Formats: sequence, C-alpha cells, structure tokens
Amino acid sequence: MAAKEQLVVVGNGMAGARAVEEILARGGAERFAITMFGDEPYGNYNRIMLSHVLAGDESDDIYLNPLDWYRDNDITLHAGVRVVRVDRFARKVFSDDGQVLPYDRLIIATGSRTFFPPMDGMWVDDRTLTPGVFGFRTLDDTTAMLDYAQDHSSAVVIGGGLLGLEAAYGLRKHGLDVHVVQGGAVLMSQQLDEEAGAILRRILEDEVGITVHTGQRPAAIRSTGSVAGVVLKDGSAIDADMVVVTAGIRPNVGLGVVSGLTVERAIVVDDQMRSVDDPDIFVVGECCQHRGEVYGLVAPLWEQAAVLADVLTGADPKAAYHGSRNATKLKVAGVDVAQMGLKRPEKEDDEFVRFSEPRRGVYKSVVIREGRLVGATLVGETDKVAFLTQSFDRGLPLPEERVELLFSLAGPSEAEGAAEMDDSVQVCNCNGVTKGDLCGAVAGGCGSVAEVMAATRAGKGCGSCKSLVAQIVEWAGGSSAPDESASWYVPAIPLDKPTLIEAIRARGLRSVSSVFAALAPDGEDAGSKMALSSLLTVIWAGEYVDERDARYINDRVHANIQRDGTFSVVPRMSGGVTTAAELRRIADTADRFEIPMIKVTGGQRIDLLGVRKEDLPAVWESLDMPSGYAYGKSMRTVKTCVGTDFCRYGLGDSTQLGIDIEERYKGLESPAKLKLAVAGCPRNCSEALVKDIGIVAVGDDRWDVLVGGAAGASVRQGDVLATVDGRDEALRLTGVFMQYYRENGRWLERTYDFVPRVGVDELRALLVEDRDGIVAGLEERMQAAVDAYRDPWLEGREPATEGQFHDSLPLIPLPQVPIRDGSSSPAGVAR
Amino acid sequence: MSAPGLTAHRLGPASQVPVGEGRGFSVEGRQIAVFRLRDSSLRALDATCPHAGGPLADGQLDARKVVCPLHMRAYSFADGSCPEGPGVAVHPVREEAGELVVEL
Repeated sequence: MAAKEQLVVVGNGMAGARAVEEILARGGAERFAITMFGDEPYGNYNRIMLSHVLAGDESDDIYLNPLDWYRDNDITLHAGVRVVRVDRFARKVFSDDGQVLPYDRLIIATGSRTFFPPMDGMWVDDRTLTPGVFGFRTLDDTTAMLDYAQDHSSAVVIGGGLLGLEAAYGLRKHGLDVHVVQGGAVLMSQQLDEEAGAILRRILEDEVGITVHTGQRPAAIRSTGSVAGVVLKDGSAIDADMVVVTAGIRPNVGLGVVSGLTVERAIVVDDQMRSVDDPDIFVVGECCQHRGEVYGLVAPLWEQAAVLADVLTGADPKAAYHGSRNATKLKVAGVDVAQMGLKRPEKEDDEFVRFSEPRRGVYKSVVIREGRLVGATLVGETDKVAFLTQSFDRGLPLPEERVELLFSLAGPSEAEGAAEMDDSVQVCNCNGVTKGDLCGAVAGGCGSVAEVMAATRAGKGCGSCKSLVAQIVEWAGGSSAPDESASWYVPAIPLDKPTLIEAIRARGLRSVSSVFAALAPDGEDAGSKMALSSLLTVIWAGEYVDERDARYINDRVHANIQRDGTFSVVPRMSGGVTTAAELRRIADTADRFEIPMIKVTGGQRIDLLGVRKEDLPAVWESLDMPSGYAYGKSMRTVKTCVGTDFCRYGLGDSTQLGIDIEERYKGLESPAKLKLAVAGCPRNCSEALVKDIGIVAVGDDRWDVLVGGAAGASVRQGDVLATVDGRDEALRLTGVFMQYYRENGRWLERTYDFVPRVGVDELRALLVEDRDGIVAGLEERMQAAVDAYRDPWLEGREPATEGQFHDSLPLIPLPQVPIRDGSSSPAGVAR
Repeated sequence: MSAPGLTAHRLGPASQVPVGEGRGFSVEGRQIAVFRLRDSSLRALDATCPHAGGPLADGQLDARKVVCPLHMRAYSFADGSCPEGPGVAVHPVREEAGELVVEL
C-alpha cells in the first residue's frame, strides 16, 4: 500500500477544522496524513461563542474539538505555531518555529483579523496596542477584556456592527458604562435598514442601557499610559478607560501574498475552492474570495468546506461551490435577528411589506420580486424564519396574502414548518447543521433533543435555533426520551434541579401547589410532592408556605411509619451523649405508653418502636426531648467517640464538636438523609470514614473533613474534602458542604452518589478554594435555614390540622411485629 | 338518597378531612379512607393497601390517585385500580349539611 499523502492545513479556526472534519467524514484519514497549524495555542473553538463567554452566560463548552479529537484522529496539531511561507515549487511549508514540512496538498484557512483603523493613541509601538485597547476576535482577546473589565468602569466600542454590539452587550452585563460609536446612521447596517436599526437601538438603549452615538467617527484615543477616553471627529470626547475596536475585519492574506498566490481582497479561488494558481492548494473561509465575494459570516463556510472535501478526497470531483446567499439568523445583544437578501426594495416593481412595533421591539419586512421572496428582515420575533428561509432559498410560491409571510395567520406555523422543511435547509447557522443532519441523528439512535444537540452541535452556537431543533427532533420521532426526564428533579416537572430552583425563585413560588400550578404541565402529582416540599424548604427557609398535604406522612406526624402503621419515636441525643434524667424519662414514657420495643440505634440514640399515631403528642410531651428527625430526608445524627475527656488516645474533642454540629444543623432538609460522625483520632471508633460527612481529628486542632462515605446498601470510604485548622472551621465547612448538597443533590441522591458525580476535586475547588465565589452565599442561606428551625414536636401541643394524629388503625390483622421481651434472650418472644 | 343496594352512613363533621389529606374511618366493621382533593371534592376507598396492609389514609394524593406510604403503590380514585397489583373498592362519598356521608 502506498504511503499516505501529506495534507497540511494552515489555520485551526472554524474553517480549517470544519474542512478537516468534512475530509474525515469522507474517509480522508485512509488517504491523508494530516498536519494542522494554528497560531492560537488551543484546540479548535467556536468563535461565535465568544460573545457568550464575554457576557458570562452559562453555556456549553466553547471548544468544538478538544485536543483529544486531534489525537483520536491521528492529526498532528502544532498549536501556537504560525506558518510564514509556502514554497509551492518545493511543496514545503515553513513555520515560525523553524519547521519545514513537505506537503502533497495544502489547505489555507487563515481567517481574518481585527481591523484597527489608523488613529492617534491606538498603538504604543508597531506591535503593541495601548493598554485598554482591545480587538474582539479571539479567545485571548475575550479573556483579556474580561480581566480588564473587572477593575475598570467604562468602555467605548468603536463600530456598531454585529460584533460591536455583542462586545457592548457583554461589557454592559459586567456593569460597565458602555458607549457604541457608529460611523453611519444605522446599527448593524450590513443587515438592517433604518427602521429595523432604530428598533434595535431603542432596545439597546432602553433595556440594555448602552449609549449609542451614530453618525460619529472617532478621531483619536486619549491615553495617559492607558486608555482615558475617545475624541470624536466633531471635537467632543467620551471619557472611558477601555476601548474595543470592532470596525471591521481584514482577511489574513499575507501567506498567500508571500507564496505567490493571486490575492485581491482575499485569496482568489475557483468553484472547487482551489487557488486559481495551484490545484494542490485549497483555500476556505474568510481568507478566500470566490466570484468576487468575501464572506464574513459563518454559514457560507460550511458550504465551502463540504465542496472542498468532496473535491480533495475525490468523493465528488465535480462538486462546485456557487456562492452563498446572504442569509443569517442570530441573537445579538439578547435580541433575535434574522436577515436574508435585500433589506429594501431596489426596483420600482418590488413589493415591500413591513410591520413595525417599536414599543415591543418587533420589526418584520419582506421584499418580493416577481412573486419570489428576495429579502426579509426580522427583529425581535423570528418565528417565521424557517418558512422564509425556505422560500428565499428555493424561490417557492408565496401566499397571496403577503401578511402571512410575517405572521402565522394561516401560513405554516413553526411546527408545521418543521414537517415541511426540506432536508437540506440549514437549521443551525452557527454550526452548519441541516434538518437532514438532525433527522439522521434521530435515526442513528439519539432519542432526545439534548442528545441530538450533542451529536450534531445544533443549537450550541448563538442558541436562537433551539426551539426549531426541538420541533424537528420531535417531528423526526425523537422527542421526550427517558434520558431527559432522568435529569428532572421530580417526574411532574420537566426541569432539572438548578433550573427548577431558578424558576421557583424567579416566580416567587412559596408553596407546593403554586409550583404545580405554574410549572407542572399536567398539574398536581402525588409522587412529586415530597421532593418539592423539601426543595421549597431549602429555597425559602422560614418563608416557605407549608401545605400539610405536600408532606409525606412521616413529616406530617414527625415520626417514622412502620410496617404495621405504628410509628417509631427517636428523640435527639446530640453526639450520642445523654443523662440519667433523660434515660429516666424515656423509661417512664415507655412504661406509660406500653412501648413494645426500645432499641439502641446505629446512630447512638434510643428508638421507641410501635407507638400509635394518636399517642405521638403525648409521648413527646412525656419525653420532653426534641425530635431526632429519624424519619426525615434530613440531617439525622452525629455519632461521636469519647474524644479527649476520657480517651487515652484522643487528639481532639470529637464529642463536643459532634454535639455542636448536631445542634447547629439539626433537622435540616436535604435530598436524602445525612448521617455524620466525628472521630477524635484516626482509629475512627465513630466510623467517620464511612459517613455522609465524617470529621477526624489528626492532632494540633487539625481535622480531616471527609464527604460521600457510606456503610449501608453501599460501602464507600469518604473522600477528604479538606484538612482544616480548628474545630470551628470544621463546623463551618460542614455547613458549606451540606448547603451545596441541599441545593444541588438530586432527590434521594445520597452523598455517596453525589460526591462522585460532582467530583471531589470540583467540590474542593468550589467549597474550599471558593473558585466561583459561591461560599458566602451558601453560608448565608445555611444560616437562614438554621435560624428558621423549630422543633416539630412542639406541634403536638397544637395540631397543625384537624385530626393530624387521627388514628388510621386498626387495619387488617397485620403481620405483627414481634414483641421482644426485654431480656437479652436472642430469640425474643413473638406474641 | 342512596344508590340502590347501598346504605348511607354519616361519619361526622366534614372538617375532619383537611384539604389534600385522608382520614381513616370504621364503618360497619370495614375500614374506609376518605380523602379531600385540593379542589375540595371528596373520595373514598378501602383504607387498607392490599399489598402489605399499609394505611392508605396516610398516603399522599393528587387529583387522580393516592400513594400508599409503605411501599408507594398508587391507587386510582376513579376505579381503585393499582398498576402493580390488586386494587381496592371505591365508595360513593359526599358532604351533606356539613357532614361526611359515605355509602356502602
């Protein structure tokens, strides 16, 4: 077998990587040994997502292809290395780190760079921008801006196009005072006409809080070593400590020029995406010029990459690129915008239908020529975009009532649109995913929207196509797959826990019935009540509106129901330490109420079993001890050893720390029960290594805090979260972990599942190192929960509802719980 | 007014059964659980879970079903059926002049 041909790709951006993906998809790995050069020191990322990164939106990973991808596909990646020259005759590339690499085929995908218009104060020297001046093109630009924005308060964005508005929006979200300076009269003038631009401007000024200056050009940047402001051509000035330049991009064509390729505005290619000078050199993306056009948006790139791969691999040697129609759909500064073709009528006979509702921020227009759609602009409301895109792409006949192009009066709604759309229609422009790709993913076994999105990357750019993606997936037979409901916190509400918490907070839902009414598609569900009532207590603490029916029977009567319908009563005995007086009361109570069994529990407490429901209040009163919460999905007990007072080996006062932890966090609701222990030395007599939270003294008032241990149905040794100085710090960190678990654990997910799921390294970063700055909030909410605590056994004195302790017995002659005779006889005596 | 073959039994004040909960009653030697849904309407089923004798009156409920507190089997208010095993009997129940009336 012949040796593989050497394929060298210069450029590791969206175009270069997409071209390689398309080549691999056509079996290119068999034929080519692939080497890629990228001058950014990263894998390949989605440039469109930079605006999300800047705005601090939570979003999916920005990387399209992590470094693993290159390894898995046998691609040699030189990241952070720039190719400086191509010798076409020797067929070699030369890089700035001194490498010389032969090639058989070459792809140039060097993209564009920020254009910095000549202006006083922009540069310190030939290569260095004035501190505080930024482009907005790369991940490094973005992180540098984010860093700088942290301790600066105002910014001028030069250029009011798409990129400029994204930059302005992002910085505004970080609290900066933001000015946008736009030379022309209209924002996003490439996409929008005056009226649409004015509507966008109004939203940006009134709702986002950005100041827009149109018809103004910057003359100079004022600098005092770093940016101090911008002087405009009319002589006025804007004070600012940061400038972002988004006044256009320029194709990176230097490599083409020095390598002797024809370069006009960009490197000139034929319909097969080959340089017109050399059939072995392909050019793709923003650095190529095809039929006089240079594209700066992402959608054309997908079409170019597919043609390139067809030709290069021989999959379809006749494949040809005929140019892209200028259609785009995106989210700019939080506003949906779609635009295709003409903005305004150009000929006398062109029909122009417009709808404008500035107050609501909605603008729609279409341009029709000879019965065909030749242009459309949508701002604020883009539900008709699928239908319009199809009509535009295919020249479909249009409804007689032109208004139906703008509104779903009779024309196909978005949902019907999903069924009628052609397979080749691009649904996600950001990642170049067609309806056919989505259907293919469903046919290939992706059952849910999330899976389809993960497999195709649809919806992972600007996100504006997500609802259409969902509709197509549903139409294709995917829809509500089980894996999605598995992430729901409760079966009745299709939301995961963080989203549900957010929805509950946002709407101020304080009772379980209001949560059902607002969020459950099918209303009330018995199986979801207990989990919701627990969650609402966590969210609202003392402000929770307690509806008794939302509680499980144990939580209604504060005791644990047994197999015969009686209850068990476990008073709190913090740290397992009790007194003669308490024991005497327990004994008296057991006599008085004929308690059938008294048992010492695994949690170092005493359990009174077989108590009738109607006796519960009297039993509590007789015990005169607080509830031990042995019945709840809550903090139960803290086991201790005898620590230092009596033990010969003790290194720390584990007994008192255990008591303090139990007293502080008593009864707190959590996703599942929490069993704790404190050990005074690493001998672990209290079994702290296998507890949900275990604390072990290691000497000198230092304590290991372990989480996620178990010794029940699962056996797992806890992971060391931290070794802390001082018992108070152990007490505090325990609360921080508990609150994080309360807010993030799935219903009934014990810590031994939760800790491995999140990862102990992540927990350490979050809770010990406070990487994301969440600890103060956790502590505050934990304190609120602690403050809201009230001993439920006091309820016995004044029942919460009529008949709260009403007898539900006698039932059928039940399988009797064997009554033990109280002697130490192992057999016991069944009655 | 009772359906043919059934006798009405008065169980006392309707307020005994709070909204969203159930209470157990003994009627002519049978254990009956009466529930009040969140829309205030009443339902009545046999009180004992046929699975392991759990007290259905202590279960959690919604508009369609009650869930036994012991092993979470659900019983339909419409016909007493249970997806996982034998069902229970459904009894007509109503509120009359502030009193619970169940027919057996």
